[in-house]
Amino acid sequence: MEYNGSAIIAMKGKNCVAIAADRRFGVQALTLSTDFKKVFQMNERVFIGLPGLATDVQTLYERFRFKTNMYKLREEREITPSTFARMVSSTLYEKRFGPYFCEPVIAGLEKDGTPYICTMDLLGCITTPADFVVSGTASNQMYGMAESLWEPDLEPEELFETISQSLLNAVDRDAISGWGAVVHVITPERILTRTLKGRMD
Amino acid sequence: MEVLLAIKGKDFILTAADRTSARSIVVMKQGEDKSRALNKNILMLYSGEAGDTVQFAEYIQRNIQLYGIKNGVPLSTSAAASFTRKELATSLRSRNPYHVNVIIAGTDPKTALPELYWLDYLAASVKLNFAAHGHASYFTLSTMDRYWREGLSLEEAKSLLNKCIAELKVRYIANLPEFTVKVVDKDGIREIDL
Repeated sequence: MEYNGSAIIAMKGKNCVAIAADRRFGVQALTLSTDFKKVFQMNERVFIGLPGLATDVQTLYERFRFKTNMYKLREEREITPSTFARMVSSTLYEKRFGPYFCEPVIAGLEKDGTPYICTMDLLGCITTPADFVVSGTASNQMYGMAESLWEPDLEPEELFETISQSLLNAVDRDAISGWGAVVHVITPERILTRTLKGRMD
Repeated sequence: MEVLLAIKGKDFILTAADRTSARSIVVMKQGEDKSRALNKNILMLYSGEAGDTVQFAEYIQRNIQLYGIKNGVPLSTSAAASFTRKELATSLRSRNPYHVNVIIAGTDPKTALPELYWLDYLAASVKLNFAAHGHASYFTLSTMDRYWREGLSLEEAKSLLNKCIAELKVRYIANLPEFTVKVVDKDGIREIDL
């Protein structure tokens, strides 16, 4: 987890959810890229953030893309975030004795529009909190920020501000994550995606 | 101790690799070419565990050439990088993984669009404007950060590469007398003198 460095956070709002990630790719303290993708859109209402070892981030994304495509073809419908979380969980547990070094965060809206967020450990044990989830090397810092900024029933724009501030101020206290961020706010009507500039040092 | 460098230019990629073949603390040979042409317009530089490197590079090279023969269309740079990543990632979790770091440099023969991919032995793949593998990255990336810009001409890229190599000669402990310098552009791959 500490080899490449990453920070991912997701939050619930009023009929909306948000997920944000930093953009650094590095090998220990050496930064190589500042536009690395760690949050992936699985469909119109489901996003997954994959913090951890970069090779497993890419491998897992490929596997989930394949699995959700197959699900869509077989079932002729889009996967819901809670079902997707189960799928991610079993994919991780499949490798119980040689795990992928990644602790995913899932954010999305259920079929009836209720917000869903969850995280899991590298073996696939799911946690579903009512407010926000954090994962990655800056998770301690993100807990502190989110704990003080988050409140229930935030509107999409308020949620965007809350999640952005939580992430940006957390990664400034972590040496191996940061270098800009990307935020997605998912509402029933549309998806709001913004890239943020952060401290580049 | 091995050095791989690559710089993206306007319509080409300039690459350099040291020519030393060493085992432990002993230099066995000078004049080793640490690269393979995957097809006419894609070059792969490699470093890492002695036997693994050439074995892996030629395995990738031949599969990519086979693809070209089968389909009558050469593989694009991004596709070649994806293929290489997948092979490395599969190997990573096998009984005896390849310990090979690679840089994939390619220029599209039609659009002249240069692309540069950096992959480590763990199979993390990133697309970069300039790349370095091994200890050399600690010495050269800051120089490339300072002087690299979009749309470098070949002469400018060569002078940047010279700056990087000069830095290595001053500050790096390893003795690196020679480098293989190659250019990958829309007309193919050619070796040049710096």
